[in-house]
Amino acid sequence: MAEIQSYTMNFGPQHPAAHGVLRLVLEIEGEVIQKADPHVGLLHRGTEKLAESKPFNQSIGYMDRLDYVSMMSNEHAYVMAIEKLLGVQVPERAQYIRVMFDEITRILNHLMWLGAHGLDIGAMTMFLYCFREREDLMDCYEAVSGTRMHATYYRPGGVYRDLPESMPKYHESRFRSKKELDRMNANREGSLLDFIESFTDRFPACVDEYETLLTDNRIWKQRTVNIGVVTPDRAMQLGFSGPMLRGSGVEWDLRKKQPYEVYDRMDFDIPVGVNGDCYDRYLVRVEEMRQSNRIIRQCVEWLRNNPGPVIADDHKVTPPTRVEMKDDMESLIHHFKLFTEGYCVPEGEAYAAVEHPKGEFGIYIVSDGANKPYRVKIRAPGFAHLSAMSEMVEGHMLADVVAVIGTQDIVFGEVDR
Amino acid sequence: MSERYATLASRIDERFGDQVRQVPSTCGELTYETDKDDLIEVATALRNEADFGFEMLMDVCGVDYLTYGSDEWTTSEATGSGFSRGVEREPVILDEADEFDPRRFAIVYHLLSLQHNFRMRLRVFTGTSNPPIIRSVVDIWNGANWFEREAFDMYGVLFEGHPDLRRILTDYGFIGHPFRKDFPLIGNVEVSYDAEEGRVVYKPVSIEPRTLVPRVIRDDNRYSADLKDSADG
Repeated sequence: MAEIQSYTMNFGPQHPAAHGVLRLVLEIEGEVIQKADPHVGLLHRGTEKLAESKPFNQSIGYMDRLDYVSMMSNEHAYVMAIEKLLGVQVPERAQYIRVMFDEITRILNHLMWLGAHGLDIGAMTMFLYCFREREDLMDCYEAVSGTRMHATYYRPGGVYRDLPESMPKYHESRFRSKKELDRMNANREGSLLDFIESFTDRFPACVDEYETLLTDNRIWKQRTVNIGVVTPDRAMQLGFSGPMLRGSGVEWDLRKKQPYEVYDRMDFDIPVGVNGDCYDRYLVRVEEMRQSNRIIRQCVEWLRNNPGPVIADDHKVTPPTRVEMKDDMESLIHHFKLFTEGYCVPEGEAYAAVEHPKGEFGIYIVSDGANKPYRVKIRAPGFAHLSAMSEMVEGHMLADVVAVIGTQDIVFGEVDR
Repeated sequence: MSERYATLASRIDERFGDQVRQVPSTCGELTYETDKDDLIEVATALRNEADFGFEMLMDVCGVDYLTYGSDEWTTSEATGSGFSRGVEREPVILDEADEFDPRRFAIVYHLLSLQHNFRMRLRVFTGTSNPPIIRSVVDIWNGANWFEREAFDMYGVLFEGHPDLRRILTDYGFIGHPFRKDFPLIGNVEVSYDAEEGRVVYKPVSIEPRTLVPRVIRDDNRYSADLKDSADG
């Protein structure tokens, strides 16, 4: 009988299936993984240290760049931690806007995940389909904040500005006909809320489309069923959260269990897996997209009928309007102080966690009473998930490593921070 | 603090007695401090005993309290010469002390109980030894593995009993512990490609430290505890 020797193989850091810059050192016997040792940190930018050297508000933009496929959710945890320390009340309308954009972000993230995960294990078309819908959601980001990705839209005390009354439209060019242009601009004639509503009308059918391609697909099932099984006990022991935990059958969702903002007024369900394998996590995430769609619809409905302020009136923390500044000395001083020195946060510490698309994203802030945080710790869900990589791929084939990376929904912005 | 948390706090006080000390919180969170010798006992009980049931460890992080409460501008007195930009141009000498202030390095654990829906925070100071050393909780919560590696990497805190204590986020061969407060923000070395030598070389940093907004601490009366109470009442 031929003797099988184990050997070490290097995977990444530049590999399309490594989802960024993951370097895996794999110990392989034949084609069976004995041990996987992820080397991370290639995208380490020292966000936490940088945040310590800047006034509180200037770090909101850094949060976007952590998990760069679910930008606003990251901001949300950060501003929530500051609000907790300051004791600022967020206006109701801002809370609805935040919930709506959190859910838009969740769909954005899950579409990116579905596309990339599909591409990794052989479903090329998924990528194209997912990016088609993603584009519309990016436009929502752009309409509200001016940028497609790194929005910096949430502020301590609310959101930067109210939802716009008009959507940016496609312009005429020699590459598209008038008819084509009208078709593209058809759902952009009204406000942002109209655009979002038209998206939610058509999105469930898109999810059905993805599901016809994957859910009963024999190849898809062969690649995901019984791959990377995690028992509920192990999932808790390893610090999993989000779809990774729910895929293993643990019913835990911060939006339900420790509701923040207005999630307690929303009507939605929490999908839970049974077997804890890649396939169940796929089903959980797909169902989450449908549920997010439901939440967005409820928010749109409320936001249409309830105009109001979107940022707190406390000008020690939030900037006054330009109009106020023109004829009010106090406002001018507030504006000057805020944009030069920032605001001082009372001494103390706070941990704020949100149900991020990937799991529990938490921000722990220690403040010593200064205008800059003393310590910011980012609790990234992907970091805990990736640490379980070795356990999840042990005994699987080399090709399954890619499926496991995909199912963990790894983004290096947040793992490396 | 809500009633549920008050009950939990009284249970913890009753169960552990002198081993833990509650830290007052301004935003309704439960924080306890414990001694590093008691850490394993307290952590095991918090995880396993039915009253607490903290089966998940969400986060482990280090904190360096070296410059806690110090600012770059004193705002309580007037100045005739104007304020500096708060930039330290002196070269930073890494701490070579034999002993640290016992309250310099802390490791903070964020616990979550799924069955009771509780959160709590446990803080342990690492004592005076250099390098700081503390017992690892990997055996109690396996998820602590990478979080402890990160705390070691960033703060140089050693975790006794950790199965694989290597650097995790910094470069291979990195020197120093970057999140310590005496480690400069601009770092110590920079990397570039040397065309003559045909390889990547490390050189001392060539950029100057910059502070755009100096750190200030203002005694804000709105947040002082006694005034706040009277305002509410």
